[in-house]
Amino acid sequence: MNMSNEQYKKYAKQKAEKSPLLKDCIKAFLIGGLICLIAQGFFVLYQTLNIKEEDARLLTSCTIIFITAWLTGIGIFDKIGKHAGAGTIVPITGFANSVVSEAIDAKAEGWVLGIGAQMFTIAGPVILYGTASGMLYGIIYFFMTM
Amino acid sequence: MQKGIIKLKNSPSIVSFAAIGGLKEGEGPLGPQFDSIDQSNRFGENTWEKSEAQMQKIALSTALSKKEYAAHDIDALFAGDLMNQCTSSAYGLLSFDVPFFGLYGACSTAIEGTILASLLLDTGHFSRTAVVSSSHYYASERQFRYPIEYGGQRAPTAQWTVTGSGAFILENSGRGVKVTEVMPGRSIDKGITDINNMGAAMAPAAIDTLTRYFANSDKNPDDFDLIATGDLGYEGYKIVKDFMRDYGFDSQTKYNDCGLMIFDRDTQDVHAGGSGCGCSATVLAAHILPEIQRGNLNHVLILGTGALMSPESILQGESIPGIAHLIHLERE
Repeated sequence: MNMSNEQYKKYAKQKAEKSPLLKDCIKAFLIGGLICLIAQGFFVLYQTLNIKEEDARLLTSCTIIFITAWLTGIGIFDKIGKHAGAGTIVPITGFANSVVSEAIDAKAEGWVLGIGAQMFTIAGPVILYGTASGMLYGIIYFFMTM
Repeated sequence: MQKGIIKLKNSPSIVSFAAIGGLKEGEGPLGPQFDSIDQSNRFGENTWEKSEAQMQKIALSTALSKKEYAAHDIDALFAGDLMNQCTSSAYGLLSFDVPFFGLYGACSTAIEGTILASLLLDTGHFSRTAVVSSSHYYASERQFRYPIEYGGQRAPTAQWTVTGSGAFILENSGRGVKVTEVMPGRSIDKGITDINNMGAAMAPAAIDTLTRYFANSDKNPDDFDLIATGDLGYEGYKIVKDFMRDYGFDSQTKYNDCGLMIFDRDTQDVHAGGSGCGCSATVLAAHILPEIQRGNLNHVLILGTGALMSPESILQGESIPGIAHLIHLERE
């Protein structure tokens, strides 16, 4: 093969079938938006049930997490995610799905080293860097308001 | 030996074979040609790893039963799969009590095994051997990609691991499809790091083996009724056609890829096509070998292609070496 590695990489990339970016973006926008709309619906519903705004927010997140976990468990969520892409990954649905799907798979390796250890394989970085950046923000905020 | 091509003096025969598949394979164009399909993909087991092992057991049992052989009629087993430490083969074939060679050639394993088994038959060390390989979509997804129910998007260049197992019984005398030439591949790394484009990573190895074969053989592509690569998928297929233009691959219809034969890319949502140890093994056992037996194909070149990476090597930014082993099959 008369081609350097760099040339071949460029060639293969140019030859490769591309993702339909515009279609993907539209689908992500619509499905992601729909999820947020459903969540807003629950929020309004909880408020009409005379639940405090703060609690209604929390309940809304819990509801979306529950629905995602349930859809993941019955094998539907991945079919939605396949079309939605960032539309399901960015909201809390993505986080819930990554934890539950790992847990389902890891069941074969037992409760401790299976589910226990593997459940946060995908979600772990989000938790770690989410917490770390929260701490950093807290420190900056502390000094700024001193 | 002629520059890498080994002509087998006694041309061992593939006397029996079997292909086992899962739901998607059953729904594919070759579905009706499989010996058995399990629509649950579970093969009666409760973990995907055990399902894959069970598939190998069923495949070998089926191939043996077609000739009414018992396990002790086999001198040695050559088997491999994609799982860590090749457990699907080790566990799946445990009950056969036959001397066992565990192989890892990634998706080229069926052909790598056939080469080794043929060579040892040809030298007379063995008189009957078996080759088995398998892959399971769900077990592979867990090991190499994401959890099964994870809702991510797959790249258009990504391939779909075949859930299937192929088993082959070879003899040094006996009627069947002849293995007349073998050519072990060299591992070639052209710097591809994208795990979602393994076709592009493996294509250079296939091109290397093909050009070495045709440069040193008295045969040319027109002498073959079919030239099939193992699992390059659509991406690798395009690249091979492009680089083998001098040999007429761009215009001829004899070149195909097992990953494109096993699934219908238009309707089965498999993106660039099938992959995995089960891909070339099942296409060979379900389709190509029966076609040779029926007389529809006389001379066939099969290239077992493999991508020799691990999840860790990918995370560490290493590029993906490919390999392509070649066998020349001939109608008796």
